[in-house]
Amino acid sequence: MTPAEKPPDGLREFAENLKAAPRHIYETAFRGGTPATDRTRSTFIFGNVFLHLHSVRVHRWTLRWSTTMGLGIMTTSAFLITLITGVMLMFYYKPFPEAAYDSMKDIHFVVPTGRFIRNIHRWAANVMVVAVILHMTRAFYTASYRKPREYNWLIGLGLLVVTLGLSFTGYLLPWDQLAYWAITIGSNIAQSPREVTDAIGITQWFDPGGIQKLLLLGSDVVGPEALIRFYLLHVMLLPLALAALMGVHFWRIRKDGGLARPADADARLGPPPAGTYPIFTEAPQRTYQLAAIVKGRTPAVNNGPENTVPSMPHLFYAELGVFMLTVLICLALALVSDAPLKELANPNVPENPAKAPWYFLGLQELVSFSAFMGGIGVPAIVLLGLGLIPYLDREKEGTGQWFGGPGGWPLVRRSIFVGLGSTLLVETLVIRFGWLREWFPHIPQLIITAINPATILTTVYALYSLWLIRRHHSTRAGAMGLFTCFLCGFLVLTIIGTYFRGPNWVFYWSPGDWPKH
Amino acid sequence: MSTTTTPPPSRLDPEAVPRRDVLGLAAMASAAGACLLALVGMLRMPKAAVLSSPSKKFKAVLPENLAAGEAFVPPGRSVALFRDAAGVHAISTVCTHLGCIIKPNAEGFECPCHGSKFLGDGSVTRGPAPRALPWLKVSHTGGNWIVDEGAPVPPGTKVQA
Ligand code: HEM
Ligand code: FES
Repeated sequence: MTPAEKPPDGLREFAENLKAAPRHIYETAFRGGTPATDRTRSTFIFGNVFLHLHSVRVHRWTLRWSTTMGLGIMTTSAFLITLITGVMLMFYYKPFPEAAYDSMKDIHFVVPTGRFIRNIHRWAANVMVVAVILHMTRAFYTASYRKPREYNWLIGLGLLVVTLGLSFTGYLLPWDQLAYWAITIGSNIAQSPREVTDAIGITQWFDPGGIQKLLLLGSDVVGPEALIRFYLLHVMLLPLALAALMGVHFWRIRKDGGLARPADADARLGPPPAGTYPIFTEAPQRTYQLAAIVKGRTPAVNNGPENTVPSMPHLFYAELGVFMLTVLICLALALVSDAPLKELANPNVPENPAKAPWYFLGLQELVSFSAFMGGIGVPAIVLLGLGLIPYLDREKEGTGQWFGGPGGWPLVRRSIFVGLGSTLLVETLVIRFGWLREWFPHIPQLIITAINPATILTTVYALYSLWLIRRHHSTRAGAMGLFTCFLCGFLVLTIIGTYFRGPNWVFYWSPGDWPKH
Repeated sequence: MSTTTTPPPSRLDPEAVPRRDVLGLAAMASAAGACLLALVGMLRMPKAAVLSSPSKKFKAVLPENLAAGEAFVPPGRSVALFRDAAGVHAISTVCTHLGCIIKPNAEGFECPCHGSKFLGDGSVTRGPAPRALPWLKVSHTGGNWIVDEGAPVPPGTKVQA
């Protein structure tokens, strides 16, 4: 050190750093500069762990309302709403039988805004179930599950199962009559493989049903163990599983090249509106280092990205719009309709009729003929069938297009008639004339397990679908027929279970006709 | 004198492949084995050795004027008790379909959940219930009727005081 140099003034430097700290914090948070131009917005998106689930630019086809109808984002939004309101409810909820019921009452009558938050939670959960079913329906009818999206369709099925699991486990938590009996029925459905093992007399050695029920309830009755298990699943395990699967689901969308679109999407869209294309007006700052290791064709240097627009703001606005709409729907429903809370659970007096949440009432209708087939057999077949769709339909025609594929909308319309017709016919017959045991009181149980409305309808749908495959020389045609039939069956059975079944599961034209008791 | 001397192996040279494979495979297998063992251990946890369900044995006091064929359901229990000339017997009132509590009526029992109907002896006459209602063990000790909900007995078993 030469004597001419003065030692730096430590205090001055400290003061200057302190003064500059706010600016530096801002700069390190927005490392690419204020997200105001297309370039800084791009840096902003891929420099941010949450935003980078989006690609920086999206195809214009993706943003068409009819491509997604916003249903995936609506499901995500509903999940976020249940997450926030759920955490708020956890401040007061106590997972122990009678205390649980009391805490629900407190939330209803004592906690400020408690009832409103609970209503929102309940309604958002319902919105989520509806949205996820519709989302799957749209992914199916637009043939978006095809290569390379087969795996993401499977992840989607996982999400569907976890979503239904969340609703089911949440249903027990209030510990009122509704909750207690719905879960009693549900856990006995888990035990229903005994219907078969008993009939062939092997339950003593091989009892998968009993084990399932025991694992679910932690006891042989719905008691404190069951409640704490359902609570753990509901507030922890299932939400974590859902979040993890959602992460994979979104990541796969990016890796699979964005949403599915028709091969001629560009031609169909026509020229882009002025001012949105191609947006990278600034000269590139980096070379395409990454492009070298990404498989696929070379990037279109100097060509402008094909028919895409920047995600920020276009996609973000669309997502925000759907989110706000979902919030609005949940708030409106929560304002006009209170979540139910019946009397304290009473293990000796079943609720009559004891009904599960509405989306399980179609299954409950089937269960009222055979617990095993309606509750486990047919649902398992449906899940398996759904999972196989992308692997059996390897066709190309109609990908990314509503009702794309041989047959198109006319085929779906015909299938709606077949689905509604056959389901209504079978239901009318069994409601009018009863079922096997009423005619042959000593009939072996195995025959009823094998032949009942659930298996008959599944067989009818499957045969119709096979016929379609032959007629149109196309698996896609069969898949559309089958999916449509199952959707119609789900609809008809759910409506019957919800509105037309009264005490003792007897058919009534309206709840006004129910006997008074 | 031939000069085909091979240079001494350096310790930086990769080892002969087979040996590395064996060690690597053994390492992975033992890791997998350890994880599997831990998993099996953990899987035992959710099933308690003793279930914390309420006691299944209880004392019942039959009403003096219980007519033959009339069901008596002790408060808080899911069992119907009957008394006739042949003795006392107990039938479970938990529906064999999906576990709702059935109600005794003039002909037998009726389930409120999916409409199963049972005769007085527990056999199914309609609805989805896959099995007859089990008869339960009744014993008479010290002037009391003891019913064991956890012990089924063959239908028709009646006990004299
Ligand atoms: C919690 C449940 C779910 C969430 C939050 C979710 C979310 C999303 C989102 C945000 C998208 C982007 C496109 C859109 O908004 O429609 C998407 C795409 C997709 N989802 Fe889901 N999803 C869920 C369940 C499902 C289910 C049940 C299936 C089918 C079994 C499914 C299959 C797909 C497929 C195949 C795509 C790609 C569609 C395309 O490329 O056009 N998802 N999902
Ligand atoms: S539980 Fe009794 S008929 Fe279903």
